[in-house]
Amino acid sequence: MRGLFSFHVSQRFLRVWQRNFTVYRKTWKINFLPPLLEPLFYLLAFGAGLSALVGKIQYHGAELSYVVFIAPALIAITIMYSAFFENTFSSFVRMYYQKTYDAMMATPLTLEEIVTGEIVWGATKSVFATVIMLVIISLFGLIYYPHGFLIIPLAFVGGLAFGSIGMFFTGIVPTIDIFNLPMFLFITPMFLFSGTFFPLENLPIWAQLIASLLPLTHLVNIIRSLSFGSLDVSLVWSTGYLLIFFMIFFPLAQHAMKKRLIK
Amino acid sequence: MAKANKYSNTVVIRAENVRKTFGALTAVDSISFTVKKGECFGILGPNGAGKTTTIRMLYGFSPITGGRLEILNTDISQGLVQIKFRIGVCQQENNLDPDLTVQQNLEVYARYFDIPLPKARRKAEELLGFLGLNHRKPNRVAELSGGMMRRLVLARALINDPELLILDEPTTGLDPQSRHQVWERLNELRSRGITILLTTHYMDEAAHLCDRLVIMDHGRILVEGEPLKLIRDHVGHNVIEVNEPNPELRDYICSHNFGYEDLGHRLIVYSRANDALFHKLSEEYCREGCVFRMATLEDVFLRLTGRELRE
Ligand SMILES: Nc1ncnc2c1ncn2[C@@H]1O[C@H](COP(=O)(O)OP(=O)(O)OP(=O)(O)O)[C@@H](O)[C@H]1O
Ligand SMILES: [Mg+2]
Repeated sequence: MRGLFSFHVSQRFLRVWQRNFTVYRKTWKINFLPPLLEPLFYLLAFGAGLSALVGKIQYHGAELSYVVFIAPALIAITIMYSAFFENTFSSFVRMYYQKTYDAMMATPLTLEEIVTGEIVWGATKSVFATVIMLVIISLFGLIYYPHGFLIIPLAFVGGLAFGSIGMFFTGIVPTIDIFNLPMFLFITPMFLFSGTFFPLENLPIWAQLIASLLPLTHLVNIIRSLSFGSLDVSLVWSTGYLLIFFMIFFPLAQHAMKKRLIK
Repeated sequence: MAKANKYSNTVVIRAENVRKTFGALTAVDSISFTVKKGECFGILGPNGAGKTTTIRMLYGFSPITGGRLEILNTDISQGLVQIKFRIGVCQQENNLDPDLTVQQNLEVYARYFDIPLPKARRKAEELLGFLGLNHRKPNRVAELSGGMMRRLVLARALINDPELLILDEPTTGLDPQSRHQVWERLNELRSRGITILLTTHYMDEAAHLCDRLVIMDHGRILVEGEPLKLIRDHVGHNVIEVNEPNPELRDYICSHNFGYEDLGHRLIVYSRANDALFHKLSEEYCREGCVFRMATLEDVFLRLTGRELRE
């Protein structure tokens, strides 16, 4: 375990970020498309389709239309998926197939800086996607401002947390197919059971307790509160909860990558 | 090729009893060598000899298991990042960035060295010209031939004007034209005072480029020296190869204490003297299938490392 918490990261990690940004810019039109279209699809499906079936929803004692309820969750889900995808599949391809990290390690960059740059980049992708989605969803009048602006830095915090978790898996999976495991056992349950598509109050107490441990639950809570224009102390607690995930998984990711790549 | 005397005595690489183990396997077994400023130093050895492992330790990719390693007067365990600013590395694998164009590969790589963009542009331009890749600037890496990729890797290794260039099989997969072009470039770099350390499986390349070299096997250094001197010391001046040797010839060679190797269908005789032995052999023992040629580094290599296939 020597060196688990001792790493030195200079600001040169930004070089790794810049490399990914250079590639992103080359295909920006394609990169912009999913966060642009996804909320439209969801809002159409849930707003026009499912809404009629569901009707109004009870949330914290207030009555909301279903679209109002799920729109903030869509943003939270996107934050999770953007960073997690980037730091699992995309990072793995760069590390394993393209040997990008090997090439970088022959330069002044250290592995810690490479891993840091990748995770910060994953969080950045969360931010990009969030901004695009915010614009779309705001057009439907579903976000309350100026509170809504806080969602942008939160996307970064959430991206760091989910990206670090993803990077940790990148450090330990033997092959790229194995990512299906954390996807199926961790990401998909969160996608469904984090108060995303129905209020957690509908679940039995024990399930609510488990759900309250999931990082996505907290991200959904914050973004939903902000979208509705409410600011309270639970936001601080939930943001802190995400930061704790980041602070646990960031060193774990560093350690796993070191074990994997330094031979 | 004995140019060693014109170099200063500044040591660029000093390896002392450097070791590397992977579990039970000792990949590099206490090797020591020094490379002086301006020198071209070669590491030869069969597959699995430990060349790449040695090189990876040199640029800090692999931590050393034991021993001491000093690059540019800095202990590698102290100032690795500072060392890496001053060296250029061409790894054995072509790990160019497939998401980027040729030009971008150089510019993005330059950024890793904190080189500002205008300077990186100028440098990229110069290096693409230097390695004959000017017309390929906008291409994606996947559109290059293997030889072009290799040259681009070499260009990339030069982006930071390194004082020491570390090349792991720089010309593997190149056609003869490209190979000679790369040799010319490397000679040019050396005349500018850049120190080069390279590995290669081409003996003619090593003989052509290296001032000094080592031959490694099983993680150990077998010999070290100037190519010509190694040939003289371990093989001699000339070699006689006899195809399908008859028993009388074998007896003659055995009884006269010549250095030789018996490969069954082929007999290789290392003759230290002139061509008298060849004339005797070809007249008395074999009318045909008998060849007289100059000794090469390949003879030294095969003689020292044996002829069996490696892993
Ligand atoms: N990461 C590793 N883990 C375990 N063993 C390794 C590792 N890297 C190299 N080896 C072993 O160390 C030995 C030396 O390998 P190395 O790559 O240094 O050889 P080489 O001289 O470069 O060979 P080649 O000419 O084929 O490139 C080999 O037996 C190899 O299998
Ligand atoms: Mg090798």
